[in-house]
Amino acid sequence: MSRPGERQTVRKTYKLFIGGAFPRSESGHSYKVADARGAFVANAAMASRKDARDAVSAARKAFAGWSSRTAYNRAQILYRVAEMMEDRRPQFVEAVKQSEGLGSRQADKVVDESIDRLVWYAGWADKITQVIGSANPVAGPYFNLSSPEPTGVVAVVAPQASSLLGLVSVIAPVVVTGNTAVVLASHAHPLPAVTFAEVLATSDVPGGVVNILTGPMTATAPWLASHMDVNALDLTGATGLVEEATAWEEAAADNLKRVLRPPAAEPDWYAEPGLDRMTTFLETKTVWHPIGI
Amino acid sequence: MTTTSSAATGARSGAIDAGRDFADVTGSDASLRRFLHGLPGVDQVGAEARAAVLGTRSIKTSAKAQAIDLAISMVDLTTLEGMDTPGKVRALSAKAMRPDPADQSCPAAAAVCVYADMVATARQVLGDSGVNVAAVATAFPSGRAALGVKLADTRDAVEAGADEIDMVIDRGAFLSGRYLQVFEEIVATREACARPDGRSAHLKVICETGELQTYDNVRRVSWLAMMAGAHFIKTSTGKVQPAATLPVTLVMLEAVRDFREATGQMVGVKPAGGIRTSKDAIKYLVMVNEVAGADWLRPAWFRFGASTLLNDLLMQRTRMRTGRYSGPDYVTLD
Repeated sequence: MSRPGERQTVRKTYKLFIGGAFPRSESGHSYKVADARGAFVANAAMASRKDARDAVSAARKAFAGWSSRTAYNRAQILYRVAEMMEDRRPQFVEAVKQSEGLGSRQADKVVDESIDRLVWYAGWADKITQVIGSANPVAGPYFNLSSPEPTGVVAVVAPQASSLLGLVSVIAPVVVTGNTAVVLASHAHPLPAVTFAEVLATSDVPGGVVNILTGPMTATAPWLASHMDVNALDLTGATGLVEEATAWEEAAADNLKRVLRPPAAEPDWYAEPGLDRMTTFLETKTVWHPIGI
Repeated sequence: MTTTSSAATGARSGAIDAGRDFADVTGSDASLRRFLHGLPGVDQVGAEARAAVLGTRSIKTSAKAQAIDLAISMVDLTTLEGMDTPGKVRALSAKAMRPDPADQSCPAAAAVCVYADMVATARQVLGDSGVNVAAVATAFPSGRAALGVKLADTRDAVEAGADEIDMVIDRGAFLSGRYLQVFEEIVATREACARPDGRSAHLKVICETGELQTYDNVRRVSWLAMMAGAHFIKTSTGKVQPAATLPVTLVMLEAVRDFREATGQMVGVKPAGGIRTSKDAIKYLVMVNEVAGADWLRPAWFRFGASTLLNDLLMQRTRMRTGRYSGPDYVTLD
């Protein structure tokens, strides 16, 4: 009981983000989230394989609409997400401080960089085609044009240590080109991801384009890896899990998923990202068009 | 036992004697009305609560695999669109015979359900595969036509080779209390189901429960159809919302159970419309077992009127067989 005049602490239980809604885990399970010093912060939903399945069907449903939007419109929406993050900046700073145990100045820097990263990727939406597409010289009376197309539904295992900057740096390149994503957030530090989901829900991103699951990797990642309706797998967050990552890559081969292998150690997220994260989840379509008809 | 079950028990011991035929009841409009309104009322809250409780049963592993196979074998694969083409009906018929072409052990669907003019096309593909052809008739889905037209519609379908006729009742007549008219229409349609070889197409009576307003009416229409000789009572056309719901199906299952107790005759039940997932289908199967009994857990006595349900059942089946989730890329687009 609180003494008169003293406020009751509000203990939160966060939920998942699937298809634009915030459902509880189908399993009904949740887990305790601790701050960097080990103190209780909140409960987060523990996603089960069925939540992963629901997230994949939501992502599949959203794919047609999202991929057929103009690149310009996707850029606007990603920029809008950055704007919304800016509005909620104190909340993100707090979440990063709490989760990663950073000081105020460092947490500020992480949030700045995350917002900048979104803006950077937003700018690429309507430029990536010009950069990696091409008009090919062929020995015949044809225009031969190659252009990139999104791969489809991408399952993303987000970085475990960098809970906000790392998260944004893996989601943005996947969705900016027209893919939809099922993202498994950092197990130990899910709260920045939950706040990010709240931003996505209020910033014109159509439901299902980004779905965020929280919980242990082993409960959902194997099911996403073997899921026949997932087209690509980003294992960035499986750093150090050599055996598991190998098994998941094998399962992913069943329907020829694109796989981005885990790096040996968590990358430096402040470094210039380059185009690799976008191009990994793009397919090249080449059109032969007869000249003179 | 819930209140709904005890209400039904009242029907058993009161109005109806075992082995009874209903000649005295169906003789006149007045006696028919007296009988139907003498049926005990349905406890709405009780029916909904019981349906909800039965929906919470957890069916897993081998029982689930069995339930999915059973549900597949109970599907009346349906296409009832103005834009149906012979090609679409042929494709659907092929799918009904071999729902999962990659797996020999997958059972066939029970029937293909089409408009009367598509019966011949479906028949041609299905041949003697064991998958029946069902045709909707009697001015489906509204039932608004003269009796002569409805009967001609039925005869057409039977002549073209339909094994089963899904007729709609005249809801206008039922709701305005002209029960005898509805009764006689069902009797006449059943006669029109006769084939020259002496056998008869099975008659399913669509009650369109979404338009009947109350569960009491659902119970009354079920009895009316069964007394008129329906082989099946079916919830909906699929063209009206709400279509099949668990409580409505519960009331119908109670009616067929009580009817068997009264007369010794079994009547089938077919919920149609709105059943899209394996989970829903399994809820219905649980309810069939608990309310009517295991005797009804056969395609001859219980059917699902559905189109998208089959794909979900197949995806679940594949998931159980292979241990990984399947996706819409691996089933047909209907």
